[in-house]
This record gives sequence, structure tokens and C-alpha cells, in this order.
Amino acid sequence: MAEPPVEYIRSITRQYAKLGYKPYGWVYNTDAPPWQPLRKPLKQCRVALVASGGIYRHGQTAFHSKDDTSLRLIPTDVRTEDLRTSHFAYDQTDARKDPNVVFPIDTLRGLVQEGFIGGLTEHAITFMGGIYSSRRVREETAPAITERLAAEHADLALLVPV
Amino acid sequence: MTMSSALDITRAVNPPRAVFNDFPLGHTAGKPLDRRLQREIMVETLSAFETMRTPGSIKTLPFEWSPDHSWKHAGAGEGDNRTDRTEEPTYQTEDDKTAAAEGKLAEECIACSKWSPDAGARRSAG
Repeated sequence: MAEPPVEYIRSITRQYAKLGYKPYGWVYNTDAPPWQPLRKPLKQCRVALVASGGIYRHGQTAFHSKDDTSLRLIPTDVRTEDLRTSHFAYDQTDARKDPNVVFPIDTLRGLVQEGFIGGLTEHAITFMGGIYSSRRVREETAPAITERLAAEHADLALLVPV
Repeated sequence: MTMSSALDITRAVNPPRAVFNDFPLGHTAGKPLDRRLQREIMVETLSAFETMRTPGSIKTLPFEWSPDHSWKHAGAGEGDNRTDRTEEPTYQTEDDKTAAAEGKLAEECIACSKWSPDAGARRSAG
């Protein structure tokens, strides 16, 4: 029988208390989220992949573990075998075996080939989601991503957290 | 559209559109090397762009990690992963570190760390 989803907020809050950390400042957004209707059919849309699993490619600087708010631009014609992960807060075993589990680049390239989506932006955008300061995410990472999505002429953004 | 494997966290963040895939963390877009499942997950996810009408709604995807749900009790996040946080980049391989030092792809990095061994040592000492 199906079990209910894992309650991560409750279990992490309990774990922090046990380790003697101050409580983590979970983000609760109570306002209605902004809404932009899709303006054209999927098969005409240019899709931007945005992933927070610490993906970089061989030759790029990796991520660090102390509130790293930087971004990487991954060319969407990247060779899958050049993809790497650098993240301290999830088990990277499967992501390193097949990056598509957190960075579905081959999946999306396949759907472009099928004509299911129109295409991909020139670059995917990646970062390392283990940033403890939600203020820095709001003030640094998020605006940089938004700016880049506009520069890439994305019709829609697909966000893949871990 | 946000994909998610953490329903409570996504509810709290309240993004415009989300799909929930009830998989262990680190597998938001599927199982390793299972191309068919990865494709099905992505087709369901992208199709939701054309069917979702209500801001803040979350669509649950019809996939199951395994018939056995014991992974949900595996104690996610039991360890202490907050120790040793530094600004030194963590490379997957030593070879990556050498390649990055050549700096050929620096333009693909936005607001990257300017960490160097010397600066890192100074900070630790301070």
C-alpha cells in the first residue's frame, strides 16, 4: 500500500534540534504565486533547464559548500560524460552514474528530437541548492537566474531541485 | 514549472506550478539509466504546462519508486552535513580541478568563487 510522502521539514527540524543547531529558517510563501500562462504550444516552446543539484561540466569551477550563490551555464549540446556533480546535501551516487536523474538533459534532447518541445535554450543554468541564507537566494541567485532566462529567450523554465 | 520530490517543502515555497514525483531525494527526474521512465516523467511534467490553470497547484505524478516503501524510513538527513563548510570548490575528480585551473570556461561561471589555496588558508587561520 502506498505510504504518504516523507515529511522532510519535520524530520530535518527534529534532527537540527538533536544536533544542537538553531532552527532552520524554512521559507513559507503565503502570497499567491505569480502566474504567466503558456503563450504557445509546447512543440513551439524553447525550454530552459534550471537545476540545483550542483551540476558543473569538466573544465568549470565546481561548487563550494559555504552558501555558494554562483551559477554555471551548461551548453545544452554538452557531452553527458563531461557532466559532474558537486553538492554536500544529497547522495550523489546515482547522479554521477547518470546525471539525467537530476539534470534531465538527454531526456529533453530526446523530446526535442521527437518534436514534443520546440527546442532548448543555448545554455542550461545550474547552481548548488545547499544555500542556508534564503535572503541571498532571493537577492543574488534568483535575480541572476531570471536575468539569464531572459537573455536565453526561454519560453518556459523547468526547475529541477534535488 | 518546478519538479519536486519533497512535497511539504514545495508546498511551503508555493511556486506557480509544480509536479510531485514521490522518489528518494537525488532522483527528481527519474531512475539512473532508465530512459523510458525518465521520458515518461518528463512528458507528464511538461504536459502539465498545458493543463494547469490554478497558480500554486501541485500535480502528483503517477510513478512509484518501488512497490516497497521502506526507502521512506531510511533516515534522510540523519547525518551532520553542516560541518567543514568552506569556500573551496569540491571537485568530483582531481582531473576536473586541474582542468578548471586552466580557466578556459570561466565565462560560463556567473559569480564564481575566487577561492585560492592561499586565500583559503588565510581565512581558516583568521
